[in-house]
Amino acid sequence: MVLVFAEKDGDNFKKSSYEAISYGRDLADKMGTTCAAVAIGSDNGAADLGKYGAQTVYVHSGHSSEFEAGEFSQAISEAIDASGAHTVIFSGSYTGKILAPKVAVKKNASLVTGVVDMASTENGVSVRKTCFSNKAFTQVQLNNDFKVISIVPNSYEIKEVGGNAEVSALSSDLSSHKQTESIEVDKVVGKIPLTEAELVVSAGRGLKGPENWGMIDELADLLGAATACSKPVSDMDWRPHSEHVGQTGITIKPNLYIAIGISGAIQHLAGVGGSKVICVINTDPEAPFFKAADYGIVGDAFEVIPKLIKRVQELRS
Amino acid sequence: MNILVCISAVPDTTTKITFTENNTKFNTEGVQFIINPYDELALTKALLLTEAHGGEVHIVTVGVASVEPIIRKSLAIGASKAFRIDIEPNDGMEVAREVAALVDGKDYQLIMTGRESIDYNGGQVAPILSELTNRSLANIVTEMDIVDDKLVATRDIDGGKEKISCSLPAVVSAQKGLCEPRIPNMRGIMQARMKPLEVIAASNSNNSTSFQSYELPAAKGDVKLIDASEAETLIDFLRDEQKLI
Repeated sequence: MVLVFAEKDGDNFKKSSYEAISYGRDLADKMGTTCAAVAIGSDNGAADLGKYGAQTVYVHSGHSSEFEAGEFSQAISEAIDASGAHTVIFSGSYTGKILAPKVAVKKNASLVTGVVDMASTENGVSVRKTCFSNKAFTQVQLNNDFKVISIVPNSYEIKEVGGNAEVSALSSDLSSHKQTESIEVDKVVGKIPLTEAELVVSAGRGLKGPENWGMIDELADLLGAATACSKPVSDMDWRPHSEHVGQTGITIKPNLYIAIGISGAIQHLAGVGGSKVICVINTDPEAPFFKAADYGIVGDAFEVIPKLIKRVQELRS
Repeated sequence: MNILVCISAVPDTTTKITFTENNTKFNTEGVQFIINPYDELALTKALLLTEAHGGEVHIVTVGVASVEPIIRKSLAIGASKAFRIDIEPNDGMEVAREVAALVDGKDYQLIMTGRESIDYNGGQVAPILSELTNRSLANIVTEMDIVDDKLVATRDIDGGKEKISCSLPAVVSAQKGLCEPRIPNMRGIMQARMKPLEVIAASNSNNSTSFQSYELPAAKGDVKLIDASEAETLIDFLRDEQKLI
């Protein structure tokens, strides 16, 4: 059995959970077994996870859907025991980054994080992961009987395959496993989280100052894209650190990355090189980013961006 | 309050990555190794905390003798004692198990790491350590302090931040923004030579994973250049060729 952790944002399942279940189902197929999911909190929407290939969804009601590391990892461990799973899949969200290693310890598992492709099941189970901050890939074999795999968000296609899942209720007192107290959550509302965004519009020093970001926000809003920025821009406080993509910032893997006024230093490429389509707009024709780009425009952002905005508006009207 | 900081030696961020032995080994020839930048933040923050609250900062590196320049640099930055666990680690699980064995029975109130190493990018060591040593975890933090014998930290979450508190002892992993890395001064470099560096045999070996092969990303095809005077056609390409918008 392959068990997938289905993470919620409030009362709804996250898109990354559908992706992880699609991955788990395809892996279960290759292993000749079935796929189940585990959710924590209410059973709202749990049966719908069958659409992505979970046959059974274990819902642990011993805690709300608000994350707590100790209680969540214990709940997942109990679902593993109930399901008899030998392989567990996480999405590498900030929550998955904590849970995958903790669950791996509980089950004496082989652990690989940062996985970007379906596992190979010939000669044991091995997976491809990024390494050297997206400058390379490595194939890693998981040698133990129990395996924990954490996949990079936005690296696997969501597939709708089935109907409703059977919901199986789990309950136990998790409170003795609680380790941390949440004091305050500060979430950007109404904006697409950068790590989950399929489209990203990003800008750098070429914008000349924070007052010029209006057109970046406008283009992003029109496209339904998230906004990002380069390191110098976040260092100068033109934009919040949470938007900084690159080797020391956030690593993203969107379907489309539009880089405006960013030269494309190796450290920046490390954070965005996995993007499927890259568009670069820069005044300097020698900017290294053009070598990594699919589409390039050598030109001034202040002339180019209004044209892009106008064209999107035309197509939308 | 004593703090143990885990330090990893990684290739400099500008390194051109290549492989040897039929793409099964990372080619270290000519590679400049540095303190993992996130570990450097953890070390600096640990020093700031002990300067404010008392105590000592020790560091541990899991690695063979060639990592000692990185250990000396960490001592020059201000750590007072170093441990080197003498094994070429296989993966994050092995590093964490070695560090867990080292801290067993010692009174470190905090164990600090970087959020991930910039070579294997696993981000595993801090959460594994918290589980192995039954310490609470503050992962990927941008602010932290000790208040009334408790750790108060702000950690990154999807789309924002969460402020949490937990009792000590705890494990913390450092994210950019936690502090500015401290640079060693000449006095620190001189003192570092005299500071204790204890080499410890590895406690167990672990081969739960095997790194079989490496590859570089496929080279991109030629960039399609669009004249700035007709920039708007980019939108049409993205819609018609790529079906993205």
